[in-house]
Order: sequence, then C-alpha cells, then structure tokens
Amino acid sequence: MTEKKAIKIKRTPLFDTHVGLGARMTTFAGFEMPIQYSGIIDEHHAVRNAVGLFDVSHMGEVMVTGPGAFEFVQQLVSNDVTRLIDGKALYTVMCTPQGGVVDDLLVYRLAAQRYLLVINASNIGEDYKWMMSHNPSDAVLENISDQLALIAVQGPRSFDVVQKITDEPLGSLDFYHFMELKPDTFFTCQTAILSHTGYTGERGLEIYCDADRAPAVWNALMEAGAEYNIKPAGLGARDTLRLESGFCLYGNDLGLETNPLEAGLGWLTRLDTGDFIGRDALLKIKETGPARRLVGFVSTERGIPRQGSEIQSEDGKVIGSVTSGSQSPVLSKGIGLGYVLNKPEFTAVGTPVRIASRGRSFLAKVTRPPFHRT
Amino acid sequence: MSIPKDLRYTTDHEWIRVSDDGSTCKVGITHFAQSELGDIVYLEIDALDEDVAKDDPFGTIEAVKTVSELFMPLSGHVDEFNEVLDDNPELVNTDPYGEGWIILIQLSDPAQVEELLDAEAYAKIVAT
Repeated sequence: MTEKKAIKIKRTPLFDTHVGLGARMTTFAGFEMPIQYSGIIDEHHAVRNAVGLFDVSHMGEVMVTGPGAFEFVQQLVSNDVTRLIDGKALYTVMCTPQGGVVDDLLVYRLAAQRYLLVINASNIGEDYKWMMSHNPSDAVLENISDQLALIAVQGPRSFDVVQKITDEPLGSLDFYHFMELKPDTFFTCQTAILSHTGYTGERGLEIYCDADRAPAVWNALMEAGAEYNIKPAGLGARDTLRLESGFCLYGNDLGLETNPLEAGLGWLTRLDTGDFIGRDALLKIKETGPARRLVGFVSTERGIPRQGSEIQSEDGKVIGSVTSGSQSPVLSKGIGLGYVLNKPEFTAVGTPVRIASRGRSFLAKVTRPPFHRT
Repeated sequence: MSIPKDLRYTTDHEWIRVSDDGSTCKVGITHFAQSELGDIVYLEIDALDEDVAKDDPFGTIEAVKTVSELFMPLSGHVDEFNEVLDDNPELVNTDPYGEGWIILIQLSDPAQVEELLDAEAYAKIVAT
C-alpha cells in the first residue's frame, strides 16, 4: 500500500483580513489565497489607473549570508550579481545544467555578505533543496518564507500611498532599488524592506515585513489609500496585469523544459562573464539559436487564447502552443504568450497566427508586449 | 443569492423560463453561477439554428480566467442568441435573470420541463 501524504494548505498572515474584505479564496501553490474581491476587471483597472494592494506573502524568501554568499549566488543564477550594490535588486533565473529553468527570482543585495532571494511559492521546497545542494562556497542559507509577509502596492498612486505611512523619502528610490529599514522603525517590524519592484507593469512598491505585523501594515495602507480609491486585488488581477505586461509566469511560460533564451530572457543571461549552472548548455543553444521562441499575440478576431491551445500558421499548420492566455481588461481583446518555431515568418511582429482549440480557431497577430500600450 | 420562484433550474446552474404557451423557453445562467465564474467576457454559441438534444453542449461562456461549456436544459431548436451579449457580456453578471438571458429554444419535447428543478430544489443544491 502506498502511503498518502496529507498536504497541509497554508494561510498567509493576512487570511482573516481577506475573508473580512469578502474575498473569494482559492488554493494556489499550497496556499489559501484571495483570487478576487470586487472582480478581476475592476481590480485590474484600479491598478492601471490608481492603486491596488496585493497580498503576495505566499512568495518564498531565502536569506543568504556569510563569506561565501556572493560566490554562491553568482554561480546559482544566470544574471551578473557583480552588477549589484547594496540597496539594488535584480531579476534572474536559476537553471539546471541542461539550461532548464528551476525558478525565476529576485536577488536583493542587502550587504556584501547578505543577499535575499525571492522565489515562487510553488517552488519553495524544491528551490531550497536545489540551493542547498549547489552551495560550493558554503554560504549560510535560511528559508525565512514563513517569517516574512510581502505586500505589493501597485499603480500610478502607489508611491503617494506608501509615502503616507513612512518618513523615508521614497521619491529617490529608483526602479529595482530598495531600502532596508532599521528594526522598530516601521510598524515595529524587525525586518522591513521597501522595494521599487512589481509584477504589474505599473509603478509600484513591494513591502517585505514581519509576518505578524502584516495586518497592521495592510490596514494602514488601505486607510492611506482611501483618498485614491485603493482596492485590494487578488491573484486573478495579478495574472491579467502581468500578462498584459508580457511578464512570464513560472509553471506557464517558464519551467524545467524551457530555457531562458527561448523565453526571451537573454537579457538576464550573462554568457560572457563567469560561470553559473547551465551556462555551457545555454552557450550551445545560443550558438545554434533556440528551436522555439516565446511570442506575444493579440486576438484580431473574437476569441480568447487559453493555455494549451494550438498556435497555427495562417494556413493551419501547428507551429506551437499557448502557455498563458486571457482577456485583456484594457484592450477588451484576447491576449496571450506562447512558444512557436523560431523562424522569422512565425515570430515577426505583425505575423497573423491562428489560435485553435476544441475544433475552433480564430486569428491573432504576433505582438510585442506590453499589450495594453500597443 | 437570488433564485426567482417562477423559473426552473438545472444542476448545471442554468435557469429556464418557459413561455406561457409552453412552446419555447429562454435560458440563462443563475446568479450563483455568474458569481462563481466572475466577470463574463465572451459567449460563443455553436448551435444557433440547430436542433440539439437535452444535456448536449450548445456553446461556451468565458470569464476572464475560465471557459465553461453551456448545456441544453431541454431538447429543441436553438432559435435565438441574445446578441446584446456580444458587446455587453457583463449583462450576464449584472442582470442574470433579465437582460443577461443567453438563448431562446423552440422545444421539441415540452414534457421534459417536468424533469427540471424548481426554485426550492435548486436552492438546496446551491446550499450544499
């Protein structure tokens, strides 16, 4: 007999807050998360036009410290960590020796020997194991995912809102820069980071704070944002916002079977400066060119691309498949990402393609994201 | 959760309003169904002007994130699609029992109406 493992569904420190706000909850990556509050489209527009508030505390965090910290991170990820200074972050991926993507992540340099790695909720366990087994410089790794909450404040009014709850001057915080606040200076948090980052394509901040202080921070943000009609936003809007912006989602557009070059992430893959796991494989792929390529597309006929639908050439040959698809709330049209054969006649912007599923198909046009600004 | 007494229902969360003479019916999805699906953005009716048997699919309804099939609550000919929904699919959310009706069926076997749920029976399904 096989033994069945009971999977414990986790809650973020803001679970009761979401229920109190009337959120529809769903299980995602092992967490009970809000999928929507007022409605995906309403929340989406709030973020594009004013400001929205997301609980993304399900994201994982690993603290890397010690004399081996830099060397560990540099060999782990594809991007060049020497580019970081204290207070700066970068987006990157970590790969298998074959070049497959183990996860996409943010690397924060807190100090020369202290880095924070922010990983996808669905990968926390596997990522941490991967890191522990690829640690030649004996860096000290600590999975602090349960100790930290993460609240994203996103939208053109985001800085106005957050500035009301901190005296730190946010105006000088450039994109992909952050400030680590001193203990007991932000809602009595021992750890608090204000980061100019996000996953929506709008100006925004992400706030890392002590898990038990998250409800206080959330409520202060809701109150501070009231004058801008701030809205709590769920994972539904988070997904439509990232897709309109053309950002990859691990599990859809990225995975062990995809490499960063075909995913269009060559810009975060340093192939000429120093070794990292997967570099040799990626060099080979770069030489020959990837066999397929991630492209964006917008429906030109009625129809919404859905994950798993076929992508066909205009004359009906299968050239790939959709990895993410949705209705764009801004365009009121279908949008999507998918891999197609890496040939200019399929990947060039403006190429007509057919999106097909269940015996039906409709036309779309290869388009470079962000879709909502086209 | 609104469940009008004068309508009939299916376990697929569709409502049916049978005409006074019993020959046709309008079909939509219930308040509960639209609330579960979220913002409706697109409807595609495959079976317009076709005869379709009870329980067979007649089209799909798409929310932002999901696609669901729509099933015939009764056998008949799909006479009409509420074309207002082409440009205003959100009416299915805002007025599911009124402006948000989806198709009109010419019934081929009106006796099947007796197999449908009444409001009380449907309310029990939603409650569980």
